[in-house]
Amino acid sequence: MGFYLIRRLGLMVLTLFGISVVIFVLLRLVPGNIVDILFDSAGMVNPADKLRIEQELGLDKALPLQYASWIGGMMTGDLGYSYVSEKSALAEIAPRIPVSARLAGSALLFAVLIGVPLGVISAVRQNTWLDYVLRVMSLSGLSLPSFWLGLLVLMGFVALFGSVPIYTEPTKTFGEAALLVLVPAATVGFRSSALIMRLTRSSMLEILRQDFIRTARAKGASAGSVNYRHALRNALLPVVTVIGMEAAFLAGGLIVTETVFNIPGLARFLVESIRNRDYPIVQNLVMLIAVVVVTINFLVDLLYAALDPRIRLSD
Amino acid sequence: MVEPVLAVSDLKKHYPVRRGLLRRHAGTVFAVDGVSFSIAPGETLGLVGESGCGKSTVARTVMRLVEPTSGTIRLDGTDITALGKTALRPYRRRMQIIFQDPFSSLNPRMTAGDIVREPITFHRLAAGKAADQRVAELFEQVGLRPGQMRLYPHQFSGGQRQRISIARALALDPALIVGDEPVSALDVSIQAQVINLMMDLQRAKGLSYLFIAHDLAVVEHIAHRVAVMYLGRIVEMAPKLELYRAPKHPYTQALLAAVPVPNPTLKRRRQVLDGDVPSPMNPPPGCTFHTRCPLAQAQCRAEIPALRNLGGNHVVACHLA
Repeated sequence: MGFYLIRRLGLMVLTLFGISVVIFVLLRLVPGNIVDILFDSAGMVNPADKLRIEQELGLDKALPLQYASWIGGMMTGDLGYSYVSEKSALAEIAPRIPVSARLAGSALLFAVLIGVPLGVISAVRQNTWLDYVLRVMSLSGLSLPSFWLGLLVLMGFVALFGSVPIYTEPTKTFGEAALLVLVPAATVGFRSSALIMRLTRSSMLEILRQDFIRTARAKGASAGSVNYRHALRNALLPVVTVIGMEAAFLAGGLIVTETVFNIPGLARFLVESIRNRDYPIVQNLVMLIAVVVVTINFLVDLLYAALDPRIRLSD
Repeated sequence: MVEPVLAVSDLKKHYPVRRGLLRRHAGTVFAVDGVSFSIAPGETLGLVGESGCGKSTVARTVMRLVEPTSGTIRLDGTDITALGKTALRPYRRRMQIIFQDPFSSLNPRMTAGDIVREPITFHRLAAGKAADQRVAELFEQVGLRPGQMRLYPHQFSGGQRQRISIARALALDPALIVGDEPVSALDVSIQAQVINLMMDLQRAKGLSYLFIAHDLAVVEHIAHRVAVMYLGRIVEMAPKLELYRAPKHPYTQALLAAVPVPNPTLKRRRQVLDGDVPSPMNPPPGCTFHTRCPLAQAQCRAEIPALRNLGGNHVVACHLA
């Protein structure tokens, strides 16, 4: 177990190193840098000015040097400065983390709390009208893109209340906070809940056919005990994988939702920064998302061992 | 006469077959079609037949894991056919089931000790230390070490897992254990160990067994009486010695002729059955066996033979016997 952890952590560092190289190179492959964009809007180009600014920002140095200074800075906690706002990258990114984390967390919570129980119900009541209704709902959840669903929700607000709640920070009342977080969270979480529901259902159906379920019934176990204690615990393994994947997706995949609902989170900021070729911000943001995704995967693997005694984390 | 532990009469289980979008009724599978038998205290009834003849459906229906279409199941003289879930619970203590596959019949997430303890907890027979003590006893009774209680099912071999199943079944001190091919998935040497264990337990506790198998040699070893099923019906039932010595039904004769004899110098006249078992969705008229019976006559194609008692508890459903 101890050796496993060390090996996994080593692999995580290697993965993150690979990702940092890819981010760095890809970003510089995109034509044009911040200076081009600045001069574009000015309309007139003075090559000497341009060179001076590039030198100031360090963009004239060789790529390996630029890379080394980014990584070296990161090691000492210096993430560089945003080209656009000239504030430190940390000061730009840090306040946006809780905004996105809250949204992603609520979306995931919504997806799990809705998806798992409905999946169980759907499996236990297989081929009844309830099962059909739930399956149609989940199919629609998988088919409706979240940005379109988001627009529908906003239109619904306009039709019912005549206005759309505007995101404010900090929120005044708890109700307001709940409304501003939960509505977008449910909109994003709907798709994940559908995925989780379908997987829980099929996984449950497989387990419910096993003899140890019949044995449990023959023992005189109650329906609740059979469905949750015996069946769900065994059916949950593939579901945990998907929950992990959805969590990883939510860490960086909220771009459209944050745009539609006008939430000042990380994902929307990332898009703006890419448009401005704000290298320090983009590099560090993508790196942050990568760290989150890699960590989630690691946690899912650990959770596997906790859930299934047959899995031993060794060698 | 002693009251039987289990008395089943005219048990039927028909499965509707539904097809198409509107799920129209397209036919019926006659999985079990009028089966009657009883088992006395301390007796083992062997139930044999080909795959798909309805043996397992009988087991599951008797256990009320599957709802019977009609017929009655009496346990200790009480009709349990129509009891609801709650009313049935005390009767679950009296009968337990062991399944064929020792790899799917134990919950992989529970320790062996928890698996055996669970029925004790459900029925509030003991708790805490007393329950631990009881589980340890059961482990010893089936030839496992109490120290193995903390292991998970995947850490046991097939034979050991079947021992866990037996310990679990014994936990409630039942009068009847239904074994749905409990040794078919095991190696031959392990089969013998498990069967001997079951026989020892029977002697010690006066258990009754409904022992389902397709291996006639195994049944010959453990059963007191044997019933032969074909297409959802019992075609012959007799005390073991009687049945093996003088089978009356042509199907029983064919089954016995197919049992391998471990002596290569012995020349045998083998009677091989042609064709397959007809579909239980569309059983042939008259005697269901007439399509494969070497002796079939006109009467067999038209009339369903009733089970007749030939004396000495030997019953057979054949016009010619």
